[in-house]
Amino acid sequence: MTVLDDRPETAAPAPRRRPNRLLALLRNSWRQLTSMRTALILLFLLAVAAIPGSVLPQRGISPEKVNEYFVDHPDLAPRLDRIGAFEVFGSVWFSAIYLLLFTSLIGCITPRLRDHARAMRSRPPVAPKRLQRLPQHAVLPAPAGGAAAVAEVLRKRRWRVEVRGDEVSAEKGYLKETGNLLFHTSLIAVLIGVALGSWYGWSGNRLLVAGADNAFCNTRQQYAEAKLGPRVDSEDLPRFCLRLDDFQARFLATGQPEFFNARVTVDGPDEPTRSADFSVNSPLRLADASVYLLGHGYAPVIRYTDRFGRSQVSDEPFLTTGDSGLTSEGLAAFPDANVDPATGRRAPDEQMAFTGIYLPTAPQQAPFARSEYPTERNPALNLVAYRGNLGLDAGIPGSIYQLDQRQVRTGKVKEVGTKLLRKGETWTLDDGSKVEFLGTERYVTLSVRHDPGSTILLVSCGFLLVGLMGSLFGRRRRVFFRVMPADPAEGSPTGGSSLMEVGGLPRTDYPGFADEFAQIVAAVSGDERATDRADTDADSSDRAGVREGAE
Amino acid sequence: MSALSDNLVSFAILAYLVAMISHAVEYALGNARTRVAAAPVRELVGAGVGGGGASVPTPPAPVPPSGAAERSARRARIAGLVAVGATALAAVLHLAALVTRGIAADRMPWGNMYEFVLTVTFIGVAAWLVVLWKRPSLRKLGLFLTLVMVLLVATAELVLYVPIVPLVPALNSYWFVIHVSTIVFASGIFLLGAVPAVGFLMRAGYEQGKRSFPYTLAKRLPAAVSLERLTFALHAFAFPIFTFAVIAGAIWAEAAWGRPWGWDPKETWAFISWVVYAGYLHARATPSVKRNVATWLAVLGFLTMLMNLFGVNIFFTGLHSYGGLD
Ligand code: HEM
Repeated sequence: MTVLDDRPETAAPAPRRRPNRLLALLRNSWRQLTSMRTALILLFLLAVAAIPGSVLPQRGISPEKVNEYFVDHPDLAPRLDRIGAFEVFGSVWFSAIYLLLFTSLIGCITPRLRDHARAMRSRPPVAPKRLQRLPQHAVLPAPAGGAAAVAEVLRKRRWRVEVRGDEVSAEKGYLKETGNLLFHTSLIAVLIGVALGSWYGWSGNRLLVAGADNAFCNTRQQYAEAKLGPRVDSEDLPRFCLRLDDFQARFLATGQPEFFNARVTVDGPDEPTRSADFSVNSPLRLADASVYLLGHGYAPVIRYTDRFGRSQVSDEPFLTTGDSGLTSEGLAAFPDANVDPATGRRAPDEQMAFTGIYLPTAPQQAPFARSEYPTERNPALNLVAYRGNLGLDAGIPGSIYQLDQRQVRTGKVKEVGTKLLRKGETWTLDDGSKVEFLGTERYVTLSVRHDPGSTILLVSCGFLLVGLMGSLFGRRRRVFFRVMPADPAEGSPTGGSSLMEVGGLPRTDYPGFADEFAQIVAAVSGDERATDRADTDADSSDRAGVREGAE
Repeated sequence: MSALSDNLVSFAILAYLVAMISHAVEYALGNARTRVAAAPVRELVGAGVGGGGASVPTPPAPVPPSGAAERSARRARIAGLVAVGATALAAVLHLAALVTRGIAADRMPWGNMYEFVLTVTFIGVAAWLVVLWKRPSLRKLGLFLTLVMVLLVATAELVLYVPIVPLVPALNSYWFVIHVSTIVFASGIFLLGAVPAVGFLMRAGYEQGKRSFPYTLAKRLPAAVSLERLTFALHAFAFPIFTFAVIAGAIWAEAAWGRPWGWDPKETWAFISWVVYAGYLHARATPSVKRNVATWLAVLGFLTMLMNLFGVNIFFTGLHSYGGLD
């Protein structure tokens, strides 16, 4: 606590000859900013500012929820958006708070670092004149060895000791301030780690269907979503390719997942070719990236044979709908269907598409809308056929997982039938073309990331913890001993031999100081019984209230 | 085994109820003077080894109690001992319920909110017994603690109860044990810390002469300074553990979800709690901030912990909804 009382004094510069208003203002603002009160207010603001980040959907986490919010609250949402409420943790005001806080922090610890470095080198101070004024005080017969013997006892107890003639000054517990400074410095290092990660890190998400034809290489175009830090270019991405060879999943009877494993083949210029397994909780670690398994599902393999007899195969992933039975929805589009082999011309209004619901375990009876179990116990594919202009040529980016509903609404695409297919079954459409459900492939949802700040983050978190404990549990305190010649006039109880006066000063909140003081006094006077008594007393008594004065 | 665990929880609630009632009886009968005076006398012996000890104020000599007062004081003490005994019994039943639940599930019993609350409350009560053992004079705080126990454990049993299921793979990792055990432990200590914090706020008001409703409850509580000390000691103990738990959570999140920190609602509220508790420690270390302002921050910190436990699980969906994949 005294630490704080010291601080403004040491920070105050020497008086100037000509007071400069602006300088004075700056100095005052700086002092204000680095004061504990400001730090407290900023901490509080930081906590408050984080709340909307948990209450409102955030773009970085769930962009689709943000869109929903815009639909549900058409008036409020744009206004919230303007103040950054959907990107709280990147917003100007959130950043302002933590940057101010960290400025305050730096301003706060720099002078303390300097003072502490000085204190570490300095010797314990001269004993105060009146030891009886200190919170702890005792008078006892001086031990045989005088001040030197006292110093010996203290050194054994790892005090920093200074003997000045008949006086001994000792101090202990620098660890508190060391820990405190280490902790606060680590906080800054944590922020640096986070900043490095966001500048130089990158990430991408994509689905990967099993099989050699579906392998992908680590380029920006290959990701459905990619985020590159401001200091990263597409060319900086490490070059490697991944192929999903096998995916295993085990489920409980309730449909709850129990075990996953994905086996991939890695190769590419930046990675040695090899086969590797990874899973939830144990990502695939590559040299400059990590690959995380985030999800999985089925990609139905659908073969369409058009009326000219030409076939094409689609094995696009069907996206899971979120139930435990892995009911999935998706689209198999054949924009190149029904090209007349005679003319080679594409008929833009005879493109084919099938939307479908895939049920790994279809119920025994209709409706066939929900799968009952996540593995393929009774697989069934519920298809709806569409013919017409799919709208893929118009240059409007469409989703590969959904039929463009505008084309349906405007009548450019027409529904031509629905049918439930089992594996291997064929459905002949009105124009004689055929669609077959050949089987399924597994796919996995992957996140590929690189965060160059993570090591700094981890190391600084370690220091942060160590520093925190030193700061919370360290206790700075001083004791002073003064050997006095006996005063014969006073009739001392020990009959003429010299006396020693002892004082103790805890420099930080330390309720147990009185006990420690008593133990030291006992040890110095060689009274082991007293030491024992002090030991047992330390545990059992309620000293909290009475020791208040010791602060 | 699972049914046994459920029964043990019910018995534990009963035992907490008995403890609470006994504490209330002690409270009603109690004559604060007799015991408060007893403790500091021993105190003097310790401080006075060197012969000086001048700084320790001498407590007023105990006033010899009159006959009737003495009888009611004796009864109060018996009620207090019964309360402590019932609390200890309840803690044993509580522990047994957790152990049997763990055996039945074949894993650590921290897989869902029900088990989580059950474990946090157990840590709270176990830590309380340790505090009681070290500072018997704080016993009267037990009334508030057992009240909290009854409320939370009963809420767990009546509202949050779920049958045993194994863990989803996202939770199946040794980080689960490290992260969750430390979070549970820190939460339990924070839970216990909130009790003297509230007690201090009431008692400090009472000592300043406030005699309106919540303050009068504190009439027989231990002295405000000792409550405040206990509050700080518990929070200072729990804070590094909580910090470690959050860091462990970040390490685990990196392995499971590919990022150490993603501002998922649970993470956001853990951040908020951490910042509020850091604010408490700062405020307490700042002489210019009044102790009751600082203590309010501790109470606020606990409210944010509650928000994270109940609010986030119920109102928000995030990766932490114990779903993991899909
Ligand atoms: C990023 C914001 C900050 C965080 C999260 C933080 C966190 C903490 C924590 C958890 C403690 C507790 C350790 C203890 O009680 O000894 C602490 C102590 C302390 N902090 Fe900070 N701090 C921050 C910023 C600051 C700033 C800006 C200042 C200066 C104005 C400051 C000055 C101190 C001091 C002097 C202590 C020691 C208190 C004592 O003597 O016990 N901190 N800080």
